[in-house]
Amino acid sequence: MTALELKNISVIYGENTPFRKAALNNINVSFEKGSITGIIGHTGSGKSTLASLTNGLLKPTEGEILLYGENIWDKPKEMVKVRSRVGLVFQYPEYQLFDETVESDIAFGPKNIGLSEEEIKERVRLASEFCGLTQKELRRSPFELSGGQKRRAAIAGVIAMMPEVLVLDEPAAGLDPKGKEEILSGLVEYKNAYGATLLIISHSMEDIARYADNILVMKQGEVYMQGNVEEIFMQAEKLFDANLDVPQITKLFIELKKRNLCRSNDVYTVGYAKKEIEKLIKDSENA
Amino acid sequence: MLKDVTFGQYYPGNSLLHKTDPRIKMIILIEYLVIVLAATTEIAALVSLSFTLFLITVSGIRFSVLIKSVKPLIFVLVFTAVINLFFTKADTRPLVDFYFITIYKEGIKTAVMMLLRLVSLVLGTSVLISFTTSPLELTDAIESLLSPLKAIKVPVHEFAMMMSIALRFIPTLIEETNKIISAQKARCADFESGNILKRVKSLIPILIPLFVSSI
Ligand SMILES: Nc1ncnc2c1ncn2[C@@H]1O[C@H](COP(=O)(O)OP(=O)(O)OP(=O)(O)O)[C@@H](O)[C@H]1O
Ligand SMILES: [Mg+2]
Repeated sequence: MTALELKNISVIYGENTPFRKAALNNINVSFEKGSITGIIGHTGSGKSTLASLTNGLLKPTEGEILLYGENIWDKPKEMVKVRSRVGLVFQYPEYQLFDETVESDIAFGPKNIGLSEEEIKERVRLASEFCGLTQKELRRSPFELSGGQKRRAAIAGVIAMMPEVLVLDEPAAGLDPKGKEEILSGLVEYKNAYGATLLIISHSMEDIARYADNILVMKQGEVYMQGNVEEIFMQAEKLFDANLDVPQITKLFIELKKRNLCRSNDVYTVGYAKKEIEKLIKDSENA
Repeated sequence: MLKDVTFGQYYPGNSLLHKTDPRIKMIILIEYLVIVLAATTEIAALVSLSFTLFLITVSGIRFSVLIKSVKPLIFVLVFTAVINLFFTKADTRPLVDFYFITIYKEGIKTAVMMLLRLVSLVLGTSVLISFTTSPLELTDAIESLLSPLKAIKVPVHEFAMMMSIALRFIPTLIEETNKIISAQKARCADFESGNILKRVKSLIPILIPLFVSSI
């Protein structure tokens, strides 16, 4: 089932001014329910613009956005409902924290939707679990937290609305490997538990390879490539042309293949690479 | 919300007004303001109106941009016009006399004059200074124009410096505010409905992050 669909979308910033800029050009994509799509693209390719379209913060100059088949701009009065169904976490979202305690900050979204006290409490509990926040951290002021904890609190504030589609702009940028892994696997857990759909913008090909099912490659405001992770990372040359990269491990295997040491060119996770290398060693021992 | 505020924003361009020395523009502006405010007869109003239109044409700024710069002032404009319309008294026969509402010909005249005057003030200042002069040029011009005051120990340079720093940070502040508004809207915050108390309260999630980020 298609959860979210963008049809013939174009976005032009500053129409009729000297600063006119076409940020998106006739985009057509759809995202299946329960899938994780990694969105990659060079700086300025329009990823963040695409993200702010999904929950109606930005109105497309042309085209329509369908959430489970319904155009989100049909009833602009009910945009709050759309925003609770499509959660959007901005790039470096820490600045959105404002309340006295982390707990009440996470409760901000659910409160705005108009849920009951008990329900809000339950949502805060669930969201902080998915994001790995402890009871003690919940009672502190968000301004006393470390950078990584702030990031978790901000993401929890969006998850607490229990969105059906969750869009994250660089959720793991600037975090240490462990913090990164905890946040990303928490998101996958949330997705699996509630059948949500994830869109993750990232510059890290390793993270994409590890967590995403599909990849959407943007280039200068257009969809440049689209497919599952294997299909995309197999076309390394095409990615290099868009100023993008493939995971380090894939690069290693491209080099190995150039030297005729192996045949596979679809290696993009460390786990699979290990198996391939073991196979290669066994083959050479047998020979 | 904030994205519609174009008042006080520089639009790069190549028009005659862009190229004119900002000091000359400042002097023209002062004279222009005096003329517009002093214009009480119809002839004078027409002259100042045509000068305003001349400035707009020369600046090459799009009409839609100018409309946007006046938009935030709609309330003030309408309010002034209405007050003048209903509260101007004259000895002539009223045009409308309906219970407590009396409208005189003079009232209509004053209201129209007031409207023209205010719109001219805003447009003239925008076109002469805000849209066609970069903040840097502007502070340089002010420093240069005020420099005679250095003789009596007025810290003109420091004053200009303070002004350019403040001007420099306005766009940054607007950008920051927009970012925070978007993030809170994404959490279903509602800034547009409810009574005044509720609306003021809804600003807290914007103001606190703004203060925190600027410390
Ligand atoms: N509010 C805005 N006003 C005008 N132009 C904008 C605005 N936001 C983005 N743009 C322009 O639109 C283009 C796409 O920007 P966008 O932020 O979507 O890129 P991005 O892919 O998210 O880049 P990055 O990886 O650096 O975050 C850029 O050229 C940018 O300059
Ligand atoms: Mg971006």
